Amino acid sequence: MALPSLVYGPLPAAKLLISGAHALDPRAGIDAPTDVLVRDGLIVELAGAGQLDCEGAEVVQGRGKHLFPAFMDPHVHLRSPGQEHKEDLETGTRAAAAGGFCAVIAMPNTDPVLDSAPLLRSLREAAAREARVPVGFMAAVTRGLEGLELTEMAELMGEGALGFTDDGRPVASAGVLRKALQYQRLCGGVLTLHEEDPSLSHGGSMHEGTVSAALGIGGIPSVSESTMVARDAELAGYEDGRVHFQHLSCAASVRAVAAAKERGFRVSAEVTPHHLLLCDEDVRGLDTRMKMNPPLAGEADRLALIEGLRAGTIDCIATDHAPHARHEKEVPFEQAPMGTTGLETAFAALHTELVAPGTIELALLIERMTAGAALFDLPTPRIAVGEPANLTLVDLSAEWVAGEHGWESRSENCCFAGRRLTGRVLMTVAAGGIAYRERAFSVVAA
Amino acid sequence: MNHLLSIEDLDRAAIERIVEQAARFAEVYDREIKKVPALRGRMVLNLFYEASTRTRSSFELAAKRLSADVVNFVSSGSSVEKGESLKDTVLTLSAHKPDAIVIRTPWAGAAELVSGWTSAAIVNAGDGKHEHPTQALLDVYTLHRRLGSLDGASIWIVGDVAHSRVARSNILAFQRMGARVTVAGPPTLIPRGIEALGCEVRFTLEELPSADVVYALRMQHERMNDALVPSLREYAACFQIGARRLSPRQLLMHPGPVNRGVELSGEVVDSPQALITSQVEAGVVVRMAVLYEILSGSRAFRPVPEPQLA
Repeated sequence: MALPSLVYGPLPAAKLLISGAHALDPRAGIDAPTDVLVRDGLIVELAGAGQLDCEGAEVVQGRGKHLFPAFMDPHVHLRSPGQEHKEDLETGTRAAAAGGFCAVIAMPNTDPVLDSAPLLRSLREAAAREARVPVGFMAAVTRGLEGLELTEMAELMGEGALGFTDDGRPVASAGVLRKALQYQRLCGGVLTLHEEDPSLSHGGSMHEGTVSAALGIGGIPSVSESTMVARDAELAGYEDGRVHFQHLSCAASVRAVAAAKERGFRVSAEVTPHHLLLCDEDVRGLDTRMKMNPPLAGEADRLALIEGLRAGTIDCIATDHAPHARHEKEVPFEQAPMGTTGLETAFAALHTELVAPGTIELALLIERMTAGAALFDLPTPRIAVGEPANLTLVDLSAEWVAGEHGWESRSENCCFAGRRLTGRVLMTVAAGGIAYRERAFSVVAA
Repeated sequence: MNHLLSIEDLDRAAIERIVEQAARFAEVYDREIKKVPALRGRMVLNLFYEASTRTRSSFELAAKRLSADVVNFVSSGSSVEKGESLKDTVLTLSAHKPDAIVIRTPWAGAAELVSGWTSAAIVNAGDGKHEHPTQALLDVYTLHRRLGSLDGASIWIVGDVAHSRVARSNILAFQRMGARVTVAGPPTLIPRGIEALGCEVRFTLEELPSADVVYALRMQHERMNDALVPSLREYAACFQIGARRLSPRQLLMHPGPVNRGVELSGEVVDSPQALITSQVEAGVVVRMAVLYEILSGSRAFRPVPEPQLA
């Protein structure tokens, strides 16, 4: 029986000296050019730039670059089992590594749904063979995501699930969610919630507002999400349960989470790069890459999400990386499946649009891109001696066009494709192994 | 003009040009031989994913009056029912080298999407609830003939605006031509945010007497299933345009097909104020003008655009 944990892939431990990069880890209090020595999966030594000997390690010239604790994404869709034409464990985690992530948490809305212990066991075994970065798995709250009967939550936790979610769908029935919250006392695990009231969102393909009215496309009102956030925060408070709200998309939801936190409820929340950077105006061209659930909301909502992230009402950034095959997205907007990929562009897009113009501090972005780990009781990536080596080396001044050289992901449905971005991940070290190296970035041999 | 995808793409001058061309074709209409050789040797393909006898035959007639060859492709009983995607259907049909594809689908933006997959000119004959530009053009033409000018006219569009592509195209087209547009209907059938298109919004017909033109929309029975109005009886009581609500100086329009006794009372349909049959008549000449506009003249070979993910 496995404890709730990440599954580590077959990556060999590297011996590395990352020399002279500007290390920034707000939690560790590091913000200076630093030499970092990595061995046996751990950060074994830290010193001022130019002070460490390589001791037979590979030397990575970091001068002029930035070194961050690698990012942690608590919300991705790896599509395995059953939808490997969109993504699989290998391609999805490769995309994660390319985006600077050292760990991801995969959602259970696969085919079949991840709702039983044997399935989870086989998936964890597959991840141990294929994953480039460690992966955690969420199990379904209800069998088949049907919203009716609870899964065998205790058994799933025993098999290593990190928690439970019906992501892609809400747990529409308050009664069912309450039972899950009660059962959480027995088995632990975070309940993460995709909030949507189907009776309000029914028939909608985008945010309800002036743009949907002009396009004649069925709208999903923001209250479809915010009323459910409010309801479920109330339930969590009543049962003293631990819930995490996924991909907040509107101002009213941010207010509902803030109110719940104020009352001391054990709630947390995430936001995606696309909800922070895009709004319903970006849907006008009916580009299906702009179709996601929850939908891109109004500009005022977007600003409220940024403010919520800054204030800490929103705890972390999650990509909701949702790959779909080209032929599935190459259809009229209303027919297209919802979702955008996001792992490979998350940091660069947020750096370009929020940090570079001064809207948020770089340190805050790093904090929010690593905060997901603790929410799922996983160790937070840190730049400190003795910690597992989870590092991402970034050239903050490198400019690139998203997608210009293709993608590591099997799918290309990225809402930021074609955008000029500033900040490029050069290398990702995950659990002590080199999970990603930018092709043009050479490593100087010792 | 390469395609007709939406009224949004047309300025007032472009609309006027089509109206004037339609008027010239209308003269031909009164002749004994109703055909002109303008598009001889051209092929127009009607690609309809929704049942539509009226619009399709109107386009077919328009193309034939211009001496073009017409091929009809309807989705039922075709490869579409075997699961062929819109893209593959368009690529397959494009292999026959049509000069124009007239397309109707239940999906917003589909006509524009298709224009990226073929070198044929695309005419949007209705894309979901988004737009129905030739309907708006024929309505402008009809009013133009009757009023001379739409400048300053007050036009009320009454009924199920939410599900109406006609409403969206007409709001834009009437405003482009200088009219003031008000939409009215039950709040469940008026989309939130529609006022951003520049129109006024009313939820009762109290101020209807101020209208010069009343444009009633078809009330679809399917809306009952979604419980968007409690009953057709109540809808009729609140929003039916009948003799009591219509003053003799007002003109009445409707895109058809009419539900007598629901959105319109039988007597007003038959009244001389109703322009409904003029609209149908205008349909053919306006569609002739549209096909002529996009297909005639020195239409250079248009390369197929680079394939790209929509």
